Amino acid sequence: MTELLTPFATWRGRIAALVLVLLGLLPLYAPWLDAAGIISQKFALTLMTRVLILAIAAISLNLILGYGGIVSFGHAVYIGLGGYAVGIMAHHGVTNGFLQFPVAIGLSALFALAIGALSLRTRGVYFIMITLAFAQLVYYVGVGLEPYGGDDGLTINRRSDFAGLLPTRGPDKTTAFYVVSFVVLLLVLGLVHRLVNSRFGMALRGAKSNEQRMQALGMPTFRYRLTAFVIAGAICGLAGALLANHTEFISPAMMHWTRSGDLIVMVVLGGMGSLLGPVYGAVAFLLLEEFLPGLLKVVLTWLHDGVAAVLGPGAGALESWLRLAEYWQIALGAILILVVLYARGGIDSLFGRPRHG
Amino acid sequence: MAEAMLKVEGLVKRFGGLVATDNLSLDVRDGEVHALIGPNGAGKTTLIAQLSGFLRPDAGRITFTDRDITALPAAARVRLGLARSFQITSVLRDFTALDNVALAEQARQGHSFRFWQPARSDRSLRGPASAALEAVGLAHRADDPAASLSHGEQRQLEVAMALACDPRLLLLDEPMAGMGPEESARMVDLLRGLRGQRTMLLIEHDMDAVFALADRITVLVYGRAIATGTPAEIRANPEVRTAYLGESEGT
Repeated sequence: MTELLTPFATWRGRIAALVLVLLGLLPLYAPWLDAAGIISQKFALTLMTRVLILAIAAISLNLILGYGGIVSFGHAVYIGLGGYAVGIMAHHGVTNGFLQFPVAIGLSALFALAIGALSLRTRGVYFIMITLAFAQLVYYVGVGLEPYGGDDGLTINRRSDFAGLLPTRGPDKTTAFYVVSFVVLLLVLGLVHRLVNSRFGMALRGAKSNEQRMQALGMPTFRYRLTAFVIAGAICGLAGALLANHTEFISPAMMHWTRSGDLIVMVVLGGMGSLLGPVYGAVAFLLLEEFLPGLLKVVLTWLHDGVAAVLGPGAGALESWLRLAEYWQIALGAILILVVLYARGGIDSLFGRPRHG
Repeated sequence: MAEAMLKVEGLVKRFGGLVATDNLSLDVRDGEVHALIGPNGAGKTTLIAQLSGFLRPDAGRITFTDRDITALPAAARVRLGLARSFQITSVLRDFTALDNVALAEQARQGHSFRFWQPARSDRSLRGPASAALEAVGLAHRADDPAASLSHGEQRQLEVAMALACDPRLLLLDEPMAGMGPEESARMVDLLRGLRGQRTMLLIEHDMDAVFALADRITVLVYGRAIATGTPAEIRANPEVRTAYLGESEGT
């Protein structure tokens, strides 16, 4: 029992618990936020479902990037594979989730096995280029899949059906799907926590720290790195299957290389090699993406009014100032640069150091 | 006469025009401490890299316990019982000293496809790892990150990691490199304690240490073994004296 409480002994642990509790209880306080006029319940749940799903994808990337030192620049390909598995099956009338999800996960794992077996023999820039190339290959296959909408994508008319356990239509479906996504997130967190602290995890982390030394200890590092690569692909495929259900739509854009870049940004922003880091990163990244333009508009209006008070009409029209908010990604870029320069461990490192190195 | 545990025949390694290992033959007998000496650039570390599987020789054959291991990957050689330490300290810097040795023990116990039980509370790993740290005199630093250890302590950790692989043959690449006299003396004591238990191939510049520890010595010059013999034979060998000992005594 006391062992269960040890995480709460540090601020790092308390904040992790707080973030998870806030995420988990959102369906309970979302109506209250709605009533208070802060944010509509449906919008909050829809946005945060997306956050949870991309957090799962980022956690899977962190397993290889943060713990294994494997810089995959094509990780979004598994979101696409998982999503297309669900979408294509649904298109052909196969909506049984107990069939769709294992196919999505299995397909992603197989693909990861193939890419990993080839690419993990290379290092550095070559590895990055190979993972990127494979991901782009699948992206263009998606673009060329005319029967499934090609570039325009494909609408999913029916969500995965889990023997009626999960409402697939009606007003409850948004909340139900949020809860399912949250439970999957917790399960994935638990799984990755176990993995990275097991013998397998120590072998993986050792190979990141000093691969040559690990081999000199008799550790055949390649097979552990490849296994981690496959597990990460499988988990990300699961995230893709969830995302397709969430948006009820698939398109090649899901696996565009910029999506892979977003996942890397989430992991780096949140904290590489920390269990909760990718969750923080996903929350921060997607909330900034959502609210930064609006926030910038407020700041720009305020600045404009200030300048106008001094210069009068010389300040120009407010509209031309507000257009600057379209470039909100510049602000995101600046935040990322600050994190890389001054907070190497990402958001997670702001809450104190982990107990183990 | 004891049997050869490690047999090297006609080994050749070239780097461009440089012949780092030049048709080298050598054998390490069961139970002996075999020292490898030679001036800088003689190809000692290149040889260790080939023996441990980090470099592929251009020609020749390496046999370990009657098995041809010339093409075997490094990790597989360790599992056969051929472990090495590094001249330039190579430890897992962000892991604790105990973690470093526990990883060696983990590798020795077989595959690491165990995904669920926490490794850091596994007694079957921590026990032997603690014992290995104790043996090299590092027990008090067990929970400190390897990066925070002094140079001498990291050298000790190197040896503890190699020992934790439970090798039949231990390849030691300058274990005393960069050590002060006191630390060196402790390392010599440690290695002397291992005599009779482990077969060792020892590369070392410290001649006092070599003559104190070695049963046989091979002298390497320009990638070739110019002489092999007991310390007394090597000391008396005129070719060795001009090629190596004379030169180092002169400096």
